[in-house]
Amino acid sequence: MPQSHILPGFRPAISLTLFYLALIVLIPLSAMVLKTFQLSWDQFLAILTSPRVIASFRVTFGSALLAASVAGVLGFIIAWTLVRYSFFGKRMFDALIDLPFALPTAVAGIVLATIYQPSGLIGGWIMAVFGVQVAYKPLGIVFAMVFIGLPFVVRTIEPVLQEFDTAMEEAAASLGANRWQTFVEVILPNILPAALTGFALAFARSVGEYGSIIFIAGNMPYISEIVPLLIITKLEQYDYAGATAIGLVMLLLSFVLLLLINLLQGWLRRRGGQL
Amino acid sequence: MSITLRNIKKQFGDFIALNTINLEIPEGELVALLGPSGCGKTTLLRIIAGLEQADSGQVFLQGDEVTDQPVKSRQIGFVFQHYALFRHMTVFDNIAFGLRVKPKAQRPSKAEIKDKVHALLKLVQLDWLAGRFPEQLSGGQRQRIALARALAVEPSVLLLDEPFGALDASVRKDLRLWLRHLHHELNVTSIFVTHDQEEAMEVASQIVVLNKGHIEQQGSPSDIYDHPANPFVSQFIGQTNVFNLEQTDTFWLKNSGLPTPQTGRVAHVRPHDIELTKAANGAAQAVLKDWQQLGGLIRVELLKQEAGGQPATIFAEMPAEQFRQLSLQKGEGVAVRIRHAHWFH
Repeated sequence: MPQSHILPGFRPAISLTLFYLALIVLIPLSAMVLKTFQLSWDQFLAILTSPRVIASFRVTFGSALLAASVAGVLGFIIAWTLVRYSFFGKRMFDALIDLPFALPTAVAGIVLATIYQPSGLIGGWIMAVFGVQVAYKPLGIVFAMVFIGLPFVVRTIEPVLQEFDTAMEEAAASLGANRWQTFVEVILPNILPAALTGFALAFARSVGEYGSIIFIAGNMPYISEIVPLLIITKLEQYDYAGATAIGLVMLLLSFVLLLLINLLQGWLRRRGGQL
Repeated sequence: MSITLRNIKKQFGDFIALNTINLEIPEGELVALLGPSGCGKTTLLRIIAGLEQADSGQVFLQGDEVTDQPVKSRQIGFVFQHYALFRHMTVFDNIAFGLRVKPKAQRPSKAEIKDKVHALLKLVQLDWLAGRFPEQLSGGQRQRIALARALAVEPSVLLLDEPFGALDASVRKDLRLWLRHLHHELNVTSIFVTHDQEEAMEVASQIVVLNKGHIEQQGSPSDIYDHPANPFVSQFIGQTNVFNLEQTDTFWLKNSGLPTPQTGRVAHVRPHDIELTKAANGAAQAVLKDWQQLGGLIRVELLKQEAGGQPATIFAEMPAEQFRQLSLQKGEGVAVRIRHAHWFH
């Protein structure tokens, strides 16, 4: 085979990649599938169709979609602010964005719950102004998910915005486009693939999040109980097969949703001639 | 549309980019804003476009003040140095953009837009690229698409920022000529920015020479070449030999047949205004150091010979045929006659 790469080592690199992928991702996931097979089909269906499980799926995926959308919009605005403007304390602000990455999720959960509860600092204010309770309600779940999902959106959009050629905006303006047209037809199409990546990451993280949510959610069955909590509950009851069954379905659902987002992204890129 | 600038000033921090610019550009001209980098020419172009606001001063288009109008209502076409094509749109959509964003009442129908875009693509001779994306085009093609896009909205002024700056030499040559022809065809008042004096001479009908934020001279290309207003223009446009009377060049110049005038201390002499003959014994004013062939012309490098003076290099130019007849060898002495000089203080 002719040497076409400057750096050799395709074989060791691909071997290592596959080995670790198997060790860390594929084998544990297969174990989960195998464990689920201890159940009969009827038992499997019975677990999944129990109203409490269905309700928790609805809560988790519904909240995660909502939270990722909110984080998507907010993250875009924050990334825009960081890239386009210079202001006092910008670096400090920039560093703060990543904090949810580093904070132990339980700490975040306790802090969020304390602040957003009806007697808390912000929770009290929201209660007074909007008459809405955040903590111990499904809304609290969304708040926690936005908190942990936001950095993903900001950090994926930021580099793309930085690279964006502002002359394109000037060109649009010189051709008579107003601000809205410039934003929708010139800026947004160039940022959208990255925004979708951020959305997908925030969504995936939100679906799997446990620590920061359980403190603020209230964990009422049928109302504010998330899937990961249900899995833990099953584990505590030594119902390993039941826990893996729920886990497996969660995995499949997430996989399908992420696949859809990826396809959408690919379509956007192709349509924009960026392949 | 005529363009008038009055007392335009622009400062970036402590740096004065433009210092009281007054400029009048009549309708239908093809004007080059020429100057070294950092002289403020691009800033001036962007102020005319409305992409940049002057600190003080006024901009008039066709006699109407547009100083406070945003770029979108000035009816200008702007071609960016790096084209700024919309990378997520096809060539067709790029050119159609300016038509599609018009308010509903003024927007042409789909069929009209299609006809117009194809007419423009024909004008820039790239009709076969309609479905491509900008990334699939060469530099020269992108430049012409950017021009077509700017022309789509039928601007009354066309502004081009270093339009040939990013292209390779042969493409640049073709595009210069093409732009000149296009301007003849459309006759829309156009201004382009360049740092290349050759480009300005070749393309423009008027040249505005800028330096350090102010205008040094404005005029037709031959005007500027034949009658430079000051030493900067004389040295920036074309090649010039500089002789300084204070540096003992007086005697040498007199020997070369150039009378010293009443005023002026510095003589600027174009290479083609220097005549050479084979020197008789001992009468040499310079020594032939080297020569290069520039197409039909020969550029001769001479070393000035002068008692007590600094040995300096002088450039002369003559037709290749004439140089061959002189049959000079390197190191041989030559007699110099200066036909004409520009005198400055």
